[in-house]
Amino acid sequence: MSMLDIQNVSVALGDTDVLGGISMHVSEGEFVSILGPSGAGKSTIFKLLTGALQLDSGAITCNGRPLAQNTQGFAFMPQHDALMPWSRVLDNLTLGLEVQGMPRKDARARVFPLLPDFGLAGFERHYPAQLSGGMRQRAALLRTIVQARPVQLLDEPFGALDALTRTQMQKWFEDRWQAARWTTLLVTHDVREAVALSDRIYVLSRRPARVIAEVTVPTPRPRLGQPITADAHALEAHLLDILLNQTGDDL
Amino acid sequence: MQHPLPRRPGRGLARGIPAVLSVVSAFLIWEVYVRLSGISPLMLPAPSRVLDQMVLNRVILWENTIPTLHATLAGFSLSLTVAFVLSIVLDFMPRVRRALFPIFVVSQTLPLVAIAPLVVLWFGFDLTPKVLLVALVTFFPMLVALVDGYASTDPEIEGLLRSMGASRSVVFRRARLPSAMPYFFAGLRISITYAVVAAIFAEYVGARAGLGIVILNAKNSFRPDLVLAAVVISSALTLVLFAITALLQRAVLRWRDFGDGR
Repeated sequence: MSMLDIQNVSVALGDTDVLGGISMHVSEGEFVSILGPSGAGKSTIFKLLTGALQLDSGAITCNGRPLAQNTQGFAFMPQHDALMPWSRVLDNLTLGLEVQGMPRKDARARVFPLLPDFGLAGFERHYPAQLSGGMRQRAALLRTIVQARPVQLLDEPFGALDALTRTQMQKWFEDRWQAARWTTLLVTHDVREAVALSDRIYVLSRRPARVIAEVTVPTPRPRLGQPITADAHALEAHLLDILLNQTGDDL
Repeated sequence: MQHPLPRRPGRGLARGIPAVLSVVSAFLIWEVYVRLSGISPLMLPAPSRVLDQMVLNRVILWENTIPTLHATLAGFSLSLTVAFVLSIVLDFMPRVRRALFPIFVVSQTLPLVAIAPLVVLWFGFDLTPKVLLVALVTFFPMLVALVDGYASTDPEIEGLLRSMGASRSVVFRRARLPSAMPYFFAGLRISITYAVVAAIFAEYVGARAGLGIVILNAKNSFRPDLVLAAVVISSALTLVLFAITALLQRAVLRWRDFGDGR
């Protein structure tokens, strides 16, 4: 059964049609990416899911229940890490659990065992400003994962990193994901990232966004840290061609 | 990778040396000028004479410093409390903000010279008019700082909290209030420098005791040395209050010692 089901959803912001009838689904333990040109409305989908926006038509169900009744379905990781500079790393990590009403002591007990896997052991008393870009991103991801929500929403989580750190983080993330199999919806405009991490990829058109392609990535994992396979390479070329020629983007 | 050592700004004594030198040399030039020109102390007393007068009149000065300090602290506490409570109300009710903000702005355009005698007329010679005038002068910078500070909150952090299911008040407590703290302390430092001056002016207009009264009496009996003695004490009071807010700021904004967060 689908963990997340988006059926024929349309959204308009003022006079602009942002989403023009989008349908997509994510199964349990599946990694799905949304790929599209910038400004296509990728982040709008996340705003719908996190309740920051209301849909105009269509339906979204999470775990078989309509979204309105199920606001606790998603853990969201925003584009920039959004770590609170005035709170220590540990307090940033327990934020989601504490907001949901878990006592601080219990929330910390949940976070502590996860610190080593996320490369943050020994840094829990630091302030975010003392961390490197990669560590900050891992902290933001841990803050998301530890909430134990059914679906993880990642909005270009590696977009703000330098190229070298991004490559390291993607490899690290693939390892962690393979171990845990979080149900994940990733928004990105990086074709290589989408092909490397996803089970399936949706490609969006320009506004009003529609799904113009849906591809399954057959390449066996792990995919990163070794030479790119021929089929992955062909898929990247195929997706790039769609993005360049079929999204209605004239350069 | 990370910065294991906090990047504290250098606070060594060496950093203070240029300031001390310039102040000392200004007083030296003043002293030398008075002695060489033979100008009457009724016109311009030398710093040494002001110092002598401070020692001679120490009891009177001290007895009159207490009421001024009292009015300053009471007025400042009042305005701090009202600014804080009101800023929260305004943050939760944008309509009230639009309705009331013009009134606050207008309150800042009232000339103290004109308002102070009226306030004394309405509230008498006791503590109340001084407290009200100090509050009137110091209230606005803190209120504006808080309201602007709330608005400076990173929308991504607010969006994150809302995605976690946080209510408006949780967003306020966890994100908007801490975001406003650097702004608040900037406003606090501006306010505190106005506070002592406002209290002294209120006394000058009408009071039984206080540094303002000392200044008034000294002026009326042609004693510029005593006027300046009171001025020195008033400056010292302001500097002490300023230093206290700076210490408070360092304690509350400790995270800033580690960089600005991004």
